[in-house]
Amino acid sequence: MQNLTLLDGQKFQITIQRLCRQLIENHNDFSNTVLIGIQPRGIYLSRRVAEELRKILPDKKILNGDLDITFYRDDFRRRESQLLPNQTKIDFIIEGKKVIMMDDVLWTGRTIRAAMDALQAFGRPEKVELLALVDRRYSRHIPVSADYVGIEVDSIASQKVVVSWRDTDGEDKIVLVSEAAE
Amino acid sequence: MAGLSTRHLLGIKDLNRADIELIFETADTFKSVLNRPIKKVPSLRDVTIANIFFENSTRTRLSFELAEKRLSADVVNFAASSSSVSKGETLIDTVNNILAMKVDMVVMRHPYAGAGIFLSKHVKAQIVNAGDGAHEHPTQALLDAFSIREKYGDVAGKKVVIVGDILHSRVALSNILCLKQLGAEVMVCGPTTLIPKYIGSLGVKVEHNLRKALNWCDVANMLRIQLERQDIKYFPSLREYTMLFGLNKTILDSLDKEITVMHPGPINRGVEITSDVADSKQSIILDQVENGVAVRMAVLYLLAGQTPTI
Repeated sequence: MQNLTLLDGQKFQITIQRLCRQLIENHNDFSNTVLIGIQPRGIYLSRRVAEELRKILPDKKILNGDLDITFYRDDFRRRESQLLPNQTKIDFIIEGKKVIMMDDVLWTGRTIRAAMDALQAFGRPEKVELLALVDRRYSRHIPVSADYVGIEVDSIASQKVVVSWRDTDGEDKIVLVSEAAE
Repeated sequence: MAGLSTRHLLGIKDLNRADIELIFETADTFKSVLNRPIKKVPSLRDVTIANIFFENSTRTRLSFELAEKRLSADVVNFAASSSSVSKGETLIDTVNNILAMKVDMVVMRHPYAGAGIFLSKHVKAQIVNAGDGAHEHPTQALLDAFSIREKYGDVAGKKVVIVGDILHSRVALSNILCLKQLGAEVMVCGPTTLIPKYIGSLGVKVEHNLRKALNWCDVANMLRIQLERQDIKYFPSLREYTMLFGLNKTILDSLDKEITVMHPGPINRGVEITSDVADSKQSIILDQVENGVAVRMAVLYLLAGQTPTI
């Protein structure tokens, strides 16, 4: 295994803050906008972005929820292992709202397709945008692109991008993991 | 991730504790799905399920059908009374004909104990037992235990009395196995003639005095008297049964604690429980019905996920 650190420490934090500033440019005070993290790892991103936004906009209400997409994935019954659901926590109305969906890594686009389906079960948003911390370019299976991107990475299918979070994993880090050459 | 340890759901005896907890956790998620504006998910859109009912049923068949439709499965219903079974066709022939139409799963109710087990050995489809004679009714037991867990947070350590016709009840046997597996204490209560001799070997207490049983328990699961299964007279009269084993508001209010009342339905109102008990705030009968759909969705989802299509 070979690990290449793509982003960590202060640069990681600056990237999150830059994404927050971009969101504020388009969504002002977030009075008609909600954040939705995609389970399982996108929820850490959305929680972090919400935390930073609350620091920048202390008197504004930032609504943040978790969306589980298990039942909407297109690989159920195509896998050997069982797909087990996570929790969905959306305690607010998304009908007519601007929704910013978030995931840590945008790769094939299939997760986002499933998330779009899952979101429909909660109503009809006015607009849906996508924020991805890492965009693995040139690896899409379906035509999906993010509106906000932390970093872009060129990678091959056998590589993995692993995102660690300060609060849950002990440090903020994005690592590109490759199989060691023979 | 690990799924269920069994390919079919034939009885609670085939499930271990981890299986039951997995079903409950999955059912929690499905219960939240059922409370959304759009109560349907596409998980089983490539699965065809046949509901084969050789015995009358309203709520179980409806509950299964709703669970299947909420999962986007294709559903076919089959009632034996209006089929070629009445012309002498065998169980295997009936089911094989249905399976030839490319059915993936069979939900079957049958008047004979072991019918599901028999079928699972002869057909490729996954079998879900929706009640086989006086043997097992696993999804009812799962939804009952799920409802107790929902009410108290945990099943372990709870005292549950099952009252009534234990001898003819598949609900009682499945409930005992499920509740014991989850760490509850179980008692059965009823006339001597309706309590099977072997019941002690299942690790349950036996009581013939309803008041004593109610004083002991946290939850009373009142079973329906199955008059249709009573080939001989097991008690002198319904009136006497009701006097000795019927739960009414006077008894319920005289207890020095608030117990939870359950019933698998359909209720013989005024026989095993009175209307004011069935409709009281201590009754979770309608919660059981609601939970039934979520639990059956969980069972079907977990079983279907075991069979890759490619």
